[in-house]
Amino acid sequence: MTQIATEASYANQFADLQKKAPLPGCLGALRDDAFGCFDRLGFPTKRLESWRFTNVAPIAETTFVQPTDQQDYTRDALNAMGLPKLGGVEFVFLNGTYAPSLSTIDGLPDGVRVRSLGTVLDNDPDTVIPHLGRIARFEHQAFTALNTAFLRDGAVVEVPEGVVVGEPIHLMFITSSTGLPALCQPRVLVIAGATSQVQVVESHAGTDVASYLNNTVTEVSVGDQAAVDHYTIVLEGESAFRVGNLQASVGRASNFSSHTITLSGAIVRNEASVVLEGEGGECTLNGLYLASGRQLVDNQTTIDHARPHCDSHELYKGVLDGQSSAVFNGKIVVRLDAQKTDAKQSNKALLLSEDAQVTTKPQLEIFADDVKCTHGATVGQLDPDSLFYLRSRALSEQQARQMLIHAFAADLLGHIKVGAIRQQLDSILLDRLPVLAGS
Amino acid sequence: MLNIRDLQASAGSRQILKGINLVVNPGEVHAIMGPNGSGKSTLAGVLAGRDGFEVTGGTVDFKGQDLLDLEPEQRAREGLFLAFQYPVEIPGVNNAYLLKAALNEVRKHRGEPELDAMDFMAVARERMKMLEMDDAFLNRPVNDGFSGGEKKRNEIFQLAVLEPSLAVLDETDSGLDIDALKIVATGVNALRNSDRAIVVVTHYQRLLNYIVPDFVHVLAGGRIVKSGGKELALELEDKGYGWLEPAPVAAEV
Repeated sequence: MTQIATEASYANQFADLQKKAPLPGCLGALRDDAFGCFDRLGFPTKRLESWRFTNVAPIAETTFVQPTDQQDYTRDALNAMGLPKLGGVEFVFLNGTYAPSLSTIDGLPDGVRVRSLGTVLDNDPDTVIPHLGRIARFEHQAFTALNTAFLRDGAVVEVPEGVVVGEPIHLMFITSSTGLPALCQPRVLVIAGATSQVQVVESHAGTDVASYLNNTVTEVSVGDQAAVDHYTIVLEGESAFRVGNLQASVGRASNFSSHTITLSGAIVRNEASVVLEGEGGECTLNGLYLASGRQLVDNQTTIDHARPHCDSHELYKGVLDGQSSAVFNGKIVVRLDAQKTDAKQSNKALLLSEDAQVTTKPQLEIFADDVKCTHGATVGQLDPDSLFYLRSRALSEQQARQMLIHAFAADLLGHIKVGAIRQQLDSILLDRLPVLAGS
Repeated sequence: MLNIRDLQASAGSRQILKGINLVVNPGEVHAIMGPNGSGKSTLAGVLAGRDGFEVTGGTVDFKGQDLLDLEPEQRAREGLFLAFQYPVEIPGVNNAYLLKAALNEVRKHRGEPELDAMDFMAVARERMKMLEMDDAFLNRPVNDGFSGGEKKRNEIFQLAVLEPSLAVLDETDSGLDIDALKIVATGVNALRNSDRAIVVVTHYQRLLNYIVPDFVHVLAGGRIVKSGGKELALELEDKGYGWLEPAPVAAEV
């Protein structure tokens, strides 16, 4: 299929959506604007700086179709996906559509609402109108534009002022399609009121070996003095494509953290952008990826220090095997007004094979003059002295490799505050190690 | 236990060991002394199976097996332990985690049941007491951020837990102050028994005041040029190595 034909297909699907499931007033217009944007931009090419090392031709040349019918999918099948089991709220989406029968929403504190975007658009659109498309701008982002054009379902998490949510809220997005290559475009909106506290975990997983595209957009509004921890766990199918865009707007004296853990998927692009909009804010952007075979994992981050006295910490680590490749682009902007900024960025990659490669690019744009900004990148192999030391202590070469790879990766998990999430991710990581250490 | 015959080894194009002969029996403590560049650490490395050396001749028999034919981990499981001259820092790997895995590999090989976390901790705590080590040691990453003395003590602690039949201590005394040296020596002495052999590789005689050897060998220019009892060490302390050296010794290690 040519790119022109696939774009025509999206135009048809879009017209169909606007006819069958129109949105009222400004939301309908938002979809129109977004599709106009996508139509104008087209899929990104390698000529664009931020896509230079990520060729999305396999996505652009495939016609992905939004699955219309919900097939039988059981809780047992969901449990077998290997997603973290955190207890508490589990809000499940199947092929981009909310699946109430698979979900559990109990025990949320008073006033906290977790609803499907479909429900909110039908009954209570005023809640989302001030936020949708405002935090995640799409004018220059074709995939975000495409997601916004097909705005239909997803999750809306609202935490009112002053409320602390103890248990993580787990949003699960499962793709399990039998027909044509599936297109899933869930949208997540997290609105955390002033002085509230919440942890949101997004797990994205696919069952099929068939190709699909999971194009997600998450907007997070962090109120003043609020604390929001966001986790993205990517366990997509082995032929799957994922493009995820996480955008957060962080208020005064607030704390936002994001951990993006990529464990599978053919092409995975994770974008995370944070704007520190108030004084004294703090943000942490961390990421870990394991890549093997011919996987491509691309992490793009932007931290925009718009106001003074904000701290940001960024650590991305990757383990690459086989002929896999990875891209890390870490942009830090310090605006003229953002004095006393303290920004740290670090990117470390461990290459397990001769053919794996990583491209890393820090990008600092500093307009203020009284700031601290540091960045560092390292790319290395398993240390032969460490391997010999462990083997001299009776461990097999395989065990020694696993131990060192685990140590490298688990360092990142150590930054995760919630014990249950950390332990679950660690056990998922340990399960994956034999594959990486064996080569 | 250990029978080294005419062992020759090179690193790159440089011949370092030029025919070592050494027999070590159970219960014996041997000291191998020698100046820098004499091949002491190469000998320790070749015995443990370190990469980067090529054995160009000779044989090493360890408890009836061809030692040189075994992978490093097989040597360790058979009961060979090398205390490193420069213990490797491994951030992210917990000391207790490594040691429990190591001990269980050795136990599996011996046909003994594996220890669970509780039993392992009991063994570890007892050995730590012997070496006057703090419990917190166990939960620190392997050698990461340890002082020189702590690293060496950690090596002897591993030795005490793994209970090998042959321990090779590669310059375990280097960088130790006298208090740490005494603690390390006390630990090593506590592990001496009629089944276990210990080879102490050292540049200085000082350690041998505390770990008294049965035999002392002088290594120079890749050969053992003189062997004797513990008095030989004192003689070396007195006279230096110069009178024994067959040829000028390369300045670098």
